Amino acid sequence: MNKDLKKIFTEEQLQKTDAIIEQHKEIKGSLLIVLEKIQDVCGYLPLSLQRYIAGKMMLPPSQVYGVVTFYSYFSTTPKGKNVVKVCTGTACYMKGSGQILKKTREYLGIKEGEVTPDGEYSVEEVLCPGVCGLAPLVIIGEEAFGLVDPDKPEDIFKQYKENFHDRSGSDKN
Amino acid sequence: MKALYQLSLADKVELVETDCLISCQEGPSIMLLPSGRVAQVNPGHNFTAWLIANIAALYHSPHRPSISLRGDAEIPPIEQMGFFSKQELVVMRNRGHIDAENIEEYIAHDGYMALYKVLTALEPEDVIKEIKSSGLRGRGGAGFPTGLKWEETRGYKTNPKYVICNGDEGDPGAFMDRSLMESDPHAIIEGMAICGYAIGAPQGYIYVRAEYPLAVKMLQTAIDNAVKKNLLGRNIMKSGFNFNIGIYPGAGAFVCGESTALMFSIEGKRGMPRIKPPRSAEAGLWEKPTCLNNVETFANIPQIIRRGADWFKSFGTPESTGTKVFSMSGAVRNVGLVEVPMGITVRSLIFDIGGGIKGNAKFKAVQLGGPSGGCLTEEHLDIPITFDSLQNVGSMMGSGGVVVMDDTNCMVDVARFFTQFSVDESCGKCVPCRTGLSVILSILEKIIMGNGVPEDLHELETLALHIQKTSHCGLGQAAPNPVLSTLRYFRHEYEAHIYDKRCPALVCTDLIHFEINADNCKKCGLCAKVCPAGAISWQKKEMPVIDKIICTKCKSCIRACKFEAIY
Repeated sequence: MNKDLKKIFTEEQLQKTDAIIEQHKEIKGSLLIVLEKIQDVCGYLPLSLQRYIAGKMMLPPSQVYGVVTFYSYFSTTPKGKNVVKVCTGTACYMKGSGQILKKTREYLGIKEGEVTPDGEYSVEEVLCPGVCGLAPLVIIGEEAFGLVDPDKPEDIFKQYKENFHDRSGSDKN
Repeated sequence: MKALYQLSLADKVELVETDCLISCQEGPSIMLLPSGRVAQVNPGHNFTAWLIANIAALYHSPHRPSISLRGDAEIPPIEQMGFFSKQELVVMRNRGHIDAENIEEYIAHDGYMALYKVLTALEPEDVIKEIKSSGLRGRGGAGFPTGLKWEETRGYKTNPKYVICNGDEGDPGAFMDRSLMESDPHAIIEGMAICGYAIGAPQGYIYVRAEYPLAVKMLQTAIDNAVKKNLLGRNIMKSGFNFNIGIYPGAGAFVCGESTALMFSIEGKRGMPRIKPPRSAEAGLWEKPTCLNNVETFANIPQIIRRGADWFKSFGTPESTGTKVFSMSGAVRNVGLVEVPMGITVRSLIFDIGGGIKGNAKFKAVQLGGPSGGCLTEEHLDIPITFDSLQNVGSMMGSGGVVVMDDTNCMVDVARFFTQFSVDESCGKCVPCRTGLSVILSILEKIIMGNGVPEDLHELETLALHIQKTSHCGLGQAAPNPVLSTLRYFRHEYEAHIYDKRCPALVCTDLIHFEINADNCKKCGLCAKVCPAGAISWQKKEMPVIDKIICTKCKSCIRACKFEAIY
């Protein structure tokens, strides 16, 4: 089983996964937290990884699969390096987030659930991060863009590349 | 921020990083104390220079008008602004006044005084009595009396018991809980500790949405600080009372706002509601008695204890006491969080505090209570906002999301939006919700595509009523509300879609003809200028012509036309 995983994930990712499981194994009801942390490390939770986690945590794989597919936070497919989240909450929807979603996908040339060929971007819908005052809202990576023009969502990519992308991690101010 | 820090050293002005002054409209903003002025700040400009020029003047003389960098008119002191003057700040009293990461600042604002009072002077029964007599009702939406819930949980003898704070604010359009958790986390912690003392529970959990990473961080910092000061943990303030709080990040499922589903989620399972009874007060988390309240409910507790039930009752109406935080968004001029006494009219909320409708558009409807609530029209504007009055007209308080819509919003599309949401978030356990809502959605989509038939309306109604009656949990029972309320108050819009094959608000693209009405057209050519596809040809003094083959139906022309000539 481990062989399959080694093809997908790096040694470091798997080591961290093991550490997370070891840390929480004994705590009752910690499956959700374990899955959240592992997804943060590995990026997504494919079936083989789910089986691996289930085995280590002494749980039936069906339970792990059930939880992973129930919550929208978990993904079973890979995501782009920068996840573009388009808010489709009420306030944003009223201000044209449906169009933003469509145009953004057209701009990046990807469909739902796909990643751009260079692995940079994937687009998903998100439900209300609670910044309705700035509707419509798009989040790229960690950066939020408010009051996006539904006619020209591609503008924020320019902004993102200029302001954040090139120096990510080096200088936050 | 950076500019502020550089300057703060030079000017000896203390700067506090604060969260959300709740006037998101003006953001980013700074508030200057003691004059209480809010200034708008444009971070793109040369902020430092502006600050040097103005901060001293602003700070030292409260009588001088404040200056806005955007060149707007003078900004009056905070109490005189229309947006703030009608508000009563109880839950949000500390917003903007304290640094949420600094426990001393909360304590300086009488923080943890209530917990001290409870632990040193009151018996658990007294606490419950006080909460009961305050008339506080659950702020999560259903409005269950908080005191009763505590009493019931205390009544069961099984141990240990649990306190859970529901911070799974899933309603799109509601963000008051996020703001509270980020700006005043200690109030929630204090409220939970008091609850723990009252019902006899040693352990609390805060369940927070994964979409709110900052809230998780703030709460964790607050808990750590409280433990350091012995305000949480073992033997709190040497009273012999032990109470710990753990944070549990959710993983994105709206139904987990339902109490039993939330408890399953904490247990690491799929968050699917179960049949009640037993109620969670008897057998909740890990089958133990559990008291679950909303973030805002807990944030009310310390002040009720400290200032007394009678003080709390002085706000609101006899049945719905206290204040309620609403998050306003949509087509109103002032968006943001507002806290008002219960019983205020919808009109006052939208027009006095919200500042009315943005631009020249006309008020059309207001959606209260998120996907579980209903749309209200102009004729309902004068009803007072209480738990019961809203239910009588087919809406509900919900968690307090207020989305205002103007005449550019199509009500059929709104109903479709909320139904889509409920379909996505349905846990799939019971048939009416899982299948019924999908059928409703497909009918609505049919109508929007222009394929609706007259019988659809009747079918929608019957189906919606069935779902309301037979669904298993609150999500399913309330999910048809948006459809029913729009059918009730905006039936003519449905009929326009079905009979005339036209969308009055020009939202449903399939029902727009993209033709030009010769009576209204002033031949200005604006539509031809904005068309990104070049589908509109226009010569001076002539009617433009839209080439429907090239047209991408992007609606740019409709937005640009000042005379409503395109239909």
